[in-house]
Amino acid sequence: MNGLSRIQAIFGKELLQLKRDKMTFGMVIMIPLIQLLLFGFAINTNVRHIPVGLVDHSQTGLSRILVQTISATQVVEFSEHYINVEDAEAAIARAEIRAVLVIPQDVSQRLARHQTAGFGSPPASDEETSRPVAQWIVDGSDTMIAGAIKSLRNMPLAELLNKPVNRSTPTFEVALLYNPEQRTAVNVVPGLIGIILTMTMIMFTSAAIVRERERGNLEMLITTPVRSIELMLGKIIPYIFIGAIQVSIILGLGHLVFNVPMNGSLGQLAGATLLFIIASLVLGLVISTIAKNQLQATQMTIFVLLPSILLSGFMFPYDGMPDIAQYIAEILPATHFMRLVRGVILRDVAIIDMRHDLIWLTLFSVVGLAVASFRFKKNLD
Amino acid sequence: MSEYAIKASSLSRNFGEIKAIQELDLEVEKGRIYGFLGPNGCGKTTAIRLLTGLLKPSSGEIEVLGFTLPKDAEKLRLRIGYMTQKFSLYDDLTVKENLQFIAKIYGLSGQTKKRRVDELIDLYGLEEKYSQLAGSMSGGQRQRLGLAAATLHKPELLFLDEPTSAVDPENRRDFWEKLFDLCDQGATILVSTHYMDEAERCHKLAILETGIKRADGSPEILMREMGASVVEVAASDLRQLKQDLLHLPQVITAAQLGARLRVLVKDSVADPLGFLRQQKNIQPDDILTQVRPSLEDVFVTCTGEGRL
Ligand SMILES: Nc1ncnc2c1ncn2[C@@H]1O[C@H](COP(=O)(O)OP(=O)(O)OP(=O)(O)O)[C@@H](O)[C@H]1O
Ligand SMILES: [Mg+2]
Repeated sequence: MNGLSRIQAIFGKELLQLKRDKMTFGMVIMIPLIQLLLFGFAINTNVRHIPVGLVDHSQTGLSRILVQTISATQVVEFSEHYINVEDAEAAIARAEIRAVLVIPQDVSQRLARHQTAGFGSPPASDEETSRPVAQWIVDGSDTMIAGAIKSLRNMPLAELLNKPVNRSTPTFEVALLYNPEQRTAVNVVPGLIGIILTMTMIMFTSAAIVRERERGNLEMLITTPVRSIELMLGKIIPYIFIGAIQVSIILGLGHLVFNVPMNGSLGQLAGATLLFIIASLVLGLVISTIAKNQLQATQMTIFVLLPSILLSGFMFPYDGMPDIAQYIAEILPATHFMRLVRGVILRDVAIIDMRHDLIWLTLFSVVGLAVASFRFKKNLD
Repeated sequence: MSEYAIKASSLSRNFGEIKAIQELDLEVEKGRIYGFLGPNGCGKTTAIRLLTGLLKPSSGEIEVLGFTLPKDAEKLRLRIGYMTQKFSLYDDLTVKENLQFIAKIYGLSGQTKKRRVDELIDLYGLEEKYSQLAGSMSGGQRQRLGLAAATLHKPELLFLDEPTSAVDPENRRDFWEKLFDLCDQGATILVSTHYMDEAERCHKLAILETGIKRADGSPEILMREMGASVVEVAASDLRQLKQDLLHLPQVITAAQLGARLRVLVKDSVADPLGFLRQQKNIQPDDILTQVRPSLEDVFVTCTGEGRL
């Protein structure tokens, strides 16, 4: 009974301190708000409007139509013209443009014999006729951009010559079950809940014990009858509410601004989120019992945050990662939450069907809490 | 039940190379005020932390209120109060919130809690500061809040680490009145200080230097059995006289106090006045008076260079 009232005392004290700390309080609201808008708009795997240059050796009407057709795809945007290839390559090196289209002098002949433009003549098999129409020189260091330009390789050119488009039958038919319009935000916004919670939850609690130590409060606290586990629980409970507020902001705004659907039930989502919030808070507490000062606590938070962003499946598909990265990802609570939250929001699964992830989050929290309470010694040694 | 609240024997604590406490023997009787007197860094805080179970001793035994430390430290928690040297309540909580927090931690609730907090606020004159943030209070007010918090659960043993270091003399007197009140109600108090006048108010005290106990006992006995006599000399050229006297092996120290020189002469000299009279620098019309030793004299004779 006394234990409960001591937890309550710590809890109430944390709330009061949080209320007075305007900066932290502001961050609770501003972090999800700003990050959501930033990431929601910025993270876009459909690459568009890549700045490119043009070296046109032919200077014919046909070459100009070719450029217009390419521009119409919106993948690239011709921003500069260069006299020769050397100048263009220098511009790529200076990062003014990411690629350059080199149109050869004989573009008309090449086009005339090109298979997709084909003037009725059967596709040629000899050297000369199979030559491409023009050449792209690309800054290959960014694979995403290079990939987008490579996708132009087989661009049909029939329209260019006012010929009827001859549609070929694709080898595969692809049916998109979820996110049929292929909008990146639909996948990013739910994932962002995981990232923002990882960041704020771990940050808040990782400073929790360290701050008491730095300000000298700990010396008083440990001479009172309060037990480690009571102190730990009292410190994380207020932040569960904070986490809930943040999730509401992200989901509400995600729905309003990015039109993210809410296919699953809110109850299922609340369950998964609660587990994840607790796991993150507990991780923060463990950090707090290891770090000697607030700077160290921040460093350790970032140490956890980066893999959570990169390996959890938020940025890159989990299944595409090498084995070793997958093992590391499995340890992180964010990975499991990422699966759960996308499952509930986008595919309306019942979380009980994703037992594996639920069990991991629960286990992580229980073990973490035990480690934190065990590591937190009630003395100054 | 033993008559001692605290018993420690050959207590030592090292921090790496630093020997913060060395072979400390200590006996604190119940219901008394016991003082730790010593300069900065002599180990007062370390000793208190050892006796409250916050630090583990490198060697030696500690028994506090019948419990063996550090083993039974948790069992002591409800029975001792500790006021840290550095203010350790929450700067960003008000006086009332701080006290209510401590009250809840000690298991008080509802009316009992409210009554006790009001009682303390009244007792320590904190009414006007009721809803002021602790961080914005003056040093003296904070000290009173600290004492209020440390005594909230009516502990039978109270540790106070330099409680009056930021307090003016008048408030210090009031503060000590409160300590004697607590003592009258049966509490045992261990207080550390580097003020002589405070040390003199203690029933008993220990003089610490570099982690070693140099002397202990009641102030009266310490002064009586100091092992030196005190003579005040009123002369013209005190600075020169001081230099000359310090060369004598029988003289422990000489310190200038305004127009007089306070000279400590070893007890091996049977007649200190006669002895000083014979010195060549003392003029026949200089006035020599033997005076009652003060605690500061005790301190000087048992610490530093002049140690007997
Ligand atoms: N945690 C620690 N780590 C290393 N050395 C320490 C530690 N705590 C104390 N010391 C050393 O032990 C010695 C005694 O320190 P302590 O704080 O007990 O002195 P004090 O008498 O309380 O001094 P003050 O009057 O300044 O408060 C000092 O030399 C100090 O540097
Ligand atoms: Mg100290």
